[in-house]
Amino acid sequence: MSHKIERLIKMANDISNFFNTETDKELAAEGVKKHLLRAWEPRMRHEIIAYYQQDGSGLSPLAKEAVKMLAAD
Amino acid sequence: MSINKQQDFGTPASDAQQTVTLEIDGFKVTAPVGTSIMRAAASIGIDIPKLCATDSIEPFGSCRLCVVQIEGGRGMPASCTTPVAEGLKISTQNQKLADVRRGVMELYISDHPLDCLTCSANGDCELQDMAGAVGLREVRYNPAGENHLGAVKDESNPYFSFDPSKCIVCSRCVRACEETQGTFALTIDGRGFDSKVSPSENQAFMDSECVSCGACVQACPTATLMEKSVIDHGQPEHAIVTTCAYCGVGCSFRAEMKGEQVIRMVPNKDGQANHGHSCVKGRFAFGYTTHKDRVTKPMIRASISDPWKEVSWEEAINHAASELKRIQQKYGKDSIGGITSSRCTNEEVYLMQKLIRAGFGNNNVDTCARVCHSPTGYGLKQTFGESSGTQDFDSVMEADVIMVIGANPTDGHPVFASLMKKRLRQAAKLIVADPRQIDLVRTPHIQADYHLKLRPSTNVALINALAYVIVTENLVDEDFVNARCDMESFSKWRTFIAQEQNSPEAAESITGVPAADVRAAARLYATAKNAAIYYGLGVTEHSQGSTTVIGIANLAMATGNLGRKGVGVNPLRGQNNVQGSCDMGSFPHEYPGYRHVANDDTRHLFEATWHTDLSPEPGLRIPNMFEAALDKTFMGLYVQGEDIAQSDPDTQHVHAALRSMECVIVQDLFLNETAKFAHVFFPGSSFLEKNGTFTNAERRISPVRKVMTPLAKYQDWEVTQMLANAMGYPMNYSHPSEIMAELASLTPTFAGVSYEKIDRLGSIQWPCNDEAPEGTPIMHKGEFMRDDGKGLFMLTGYVPTAEKVTPKFPLILTTGRILSQYNVGAQTRRTQNNVWHAEDILEIHPHDAEDRGINNQDWVGIKSRAGETVLRALVSERMQPGIVYTTFHFPESGANVITTDNSDWATNCPEYKVTAVQVTKVNQPSEWQKNYRAFSEDQLELLAQGRDGEEKETA
Ligand code: SF4
Ligand code: SF4
Ligand code: SF4
Ligand code: FES
Repeated sequence: MSHKIERLIKMANDISNFFNTETDKELAAEGVKKHLLRAWEPRMRHEIIAYYQQDGSGLSPLAKEAVKMLAAD
Repeated sequence: MSINKQQDFGTPASDAQQTVTLEIDGFKVTAPVGTSIMRAAASIGIDIPKLCATDSIEPFGSCRLCVVQIEGGRGMPASCTTPVAEGLKISTQNQKLADVRRGVMELYISDHPLDCLTCSANGDCELQDMAGAVGLREVRYNPAGENHLGAVKDESNPYFSFDPSKCIVCSRCVRACEETQGTFALTIDGRGFDSKVSPSENQAFMDSECVSCGACVQACPTATLMEKSVIDHGQPEHAIVTTCAYCGVGCSFRAEMKGEQVIRMVPNKDGQANHGHSCVKGRFAFGYTTHKDRVTKPMIRASISDPWKEVSWEEAINHAASELKRIQQKYGKDSIGGITSSRCTNEEVYLMQKLIRAGFGNNNVDTCARVCHSPTGYGLKQTFGESSGTQDFDSVMEADVIMVIGANPTDGHPVFASLMKKRLRQAAKLIVADPRQIDLVRTPHIQADYHLKLRPSTNVALINALAYVIVTENLVDEDFVNARCDMESFSKWRTFIAQEQNSPEAAESITGVPAADVRAAARLYATAKNAAIYYGLGVTEHSQGSTTVIGIANLAMATGNLGRKGVGVNPLRGQNNVQGSCDMGSFPHEYPGYRHVANDDTRHLFEATWHTDLSPEPGLRIPNMFEAALDKTFMGLYVQGEDIAQSDPDTQHVHAALRSMECVIVQDLFLNETAKFAHVFFPGSSFLEKNGTFTNAERRISPVRKVMTPLAKYQDWEVTQMLANAMGYPMNYSHPSEIMAELASLTPTFAGVSYEKIDRLGSIQWPCNDEAPEGTPIMHKGEFMRDDGKGLFMLTGYVPTAEKVTPKFPLILTTGRILSQYNVGAQTRRTQNNVWHAEDILEIHPHDAEDRGINNQDWVGIKSRAGETVLRALVSERMQPGIVYTTFHFPESGANVITTDNSDWATNCPEYKVTAVQVTKVNQPSEWQKNYRAFSEDQLELLAQGRDGEEKETA
């Protein structure tokens, strides 16, 4: 795995760690997704979506859910 | 132009509302209760002679030169210590008074050298002025009698000298050091004729507690304490008001000039951020602006192993533009970007982001705030609706409890720290949350009520524990929350915070802070009439930096500590223009005024004014630019005034990224570390060489004024404009005021800002618009700035950092800064401030040192999973066991070689404050240091070759 995707995975997991405190998991995933949209450059979003679609094992459950929503948009 | 001295009213202003009316020399005057007769007289243009009084400090009444007579009163009271009263009739001049004054002066002069003509203060000496004012004509005392004329000078301070033979023992310096600066370094020893001023226990200034702030020099009425630059060059002849380019306090200064030479920087009494005070950096450390290392010619080279070639501006600009265009053609529109600097003016930053968004056609713009206060921007925007601190500095004077979290104001924000210390000496209680015993914890006449010595990286756990106490002990300000906050978010937050895991008892095992202290501190904060939080990089530079900022905002909302004087959430910004550079749209996802690029209304507004289509997608952040560079999709970078190669974490990674780009353009005063990886160098202009504005930590927009011709011909904004034009995006500003006008027309919070208004008011605190035409010292008064006007509570779960101590890396390294050096040190290292701090050192607790056989001054290797470097050790109890500390002011120390790529979840602000390391005794520099030193020397050689080549060609 490239340094880069590892870093994106870590970033996505860090973001979901924050939103994980929210007990309503749908709301939490929505929060992560919005954050990715708000702050990530398109190249980064494409890469994390591609990673999720091929493998995704490094993503936390909440991050996975959010990237799934992102991919569906 | 003239030097136009600032009037001295003799004693400080009274802030009483009630006034009285009296008569002075037959003129009626009305003054607030508590005003001295001296000040009331000065306010109507009657100058009463004085020596020991000056309006920055409380009167002392020792010289008796200021005596007056009050009708019907007895004796001759000193006008500096006698307050006004209703109906008084006062004479300031008559024969009796004249006789007394002459007698006083005669005594002073009898023990004073009569070398006025050759004295450095000639033309700026109050003793001389007073001799003239009282009409002193002869000195009857025996000049051969006992005197102090042979006293030895103290030249130990690099910037000012102390000549005791000229001292009149007025104690203005002693009081300035106490009242203005709060250091208490000076004393008057002895009594009567034997009394003399000296730094504590007869030390030299350099060996004393003195921090070289210059307040005593400013207060001294004679040549006793005098700037060495005045001794060397003589008195200045004109003065221009400008703003310090160092820290986020943003002190106002008078640049006192002789032609185009700065003789001295004198803190401006009318300065609204500093009220006439300063610190060693702004006051004295301006020599870098004319340092021989300044690069003043544009340069280019094809590869970073080539020598530099000096070229004309035209050639450099055209080369840079064609390179950037070539890269975009080859790698796509998004393959280039730029980095703005908090050291540059608002107008320069605005222009940079405009060039990138409109000229480059993407949003790949970021700023150094990424590595310091980006979490502040995020956290406060989310909760309060605006990315800024809530108060003005003066607000601290009404705080009853001050909580300082992860900030070291006496070193980082010295002038504000002096104000805070003044308030702490008067009345306020102090809570410090910091792993390190910062100076504020115990300093003359101040002792923190609670020092919560938490483990690095556990801020969130601590803040949650404080909130737990507030919620579970019913200390919430329900009225405030009900009226001002979003109730749904509040009740969610209340439920979350009240969980047992957030209790101080549960948190103790994480933070290491005794639960009882947390409970007591929380009660103190929550029950104070006015409680204010001040925080710094110890909050933001963490993997949970944004979460901590949010937690702080929650605390302030829950206790109703917002929207008036004395309270608030106050980020202490590092560099001078951090606030401003963020305001100006430096973040890849936000236009000026913190509006998202995806917002259609905003984007269309900018498109209409900038006459081009703009991208609705966020651009790359600095660390993502590096990643993309290593991936070969980001190949060109324009860096203005930043030194990412030194200041950003994981240096080796940054250097690799810089090496992989095809065109790196650096605009700077010096060939900084980043420039060693550059292909184009644009010589920059210092703050003395350009017009513009800076915005300080209290949102205060202050003027920066050109006092000398730019050494490299152009002001920085002009260079950006030329580059834009060369790239085919037209810009035609003739003065930065036009840039500000454009910004104001596009940004609601700046709508009322103009140069004309700044000149008129001195400075303006944004928001400034129709609702607040003169600006806004205190924010969120009636409602918050969020769309619905309500404050938003957010959940702040504690997530331990990924950076954990292990047997291999058993210590935590945390980083910080010190008073005399500034940031990457490019400026301060090129001044005599090096006498205070000539290298970065590693502070280590005696236990940890002993375990490793380390003594003071030993070379120690510091190794993390990112890299290794070597520094000298200082064994110190300021650190807790298990924690080591260093600064990052010197490139060769490579402090960032060891910091890792961990970062804040929301903003990617690096986790500078937490790195797991091992420390060992070594006897040579690290591999990295050796390699880097060699690289650095090569680069300086390539610079020298370029210059030689130029000389040969022109010869
Ligand atoms: S320079 Fe500042 S700290 Fe030093 S003695 Fe003077 S007032 Fe005190
Ligand atoms: S050094 Fe200057 S300010 Fe201090 S006591 Fe002497 S004359 Fe007064
Ligand atoms: S460095 Fe900061 S505190 Fe010091 S003079 Fe400049 S603005 Fe003021
Ligand atoms: S000025 Fe009033 S006693 Fe010295």
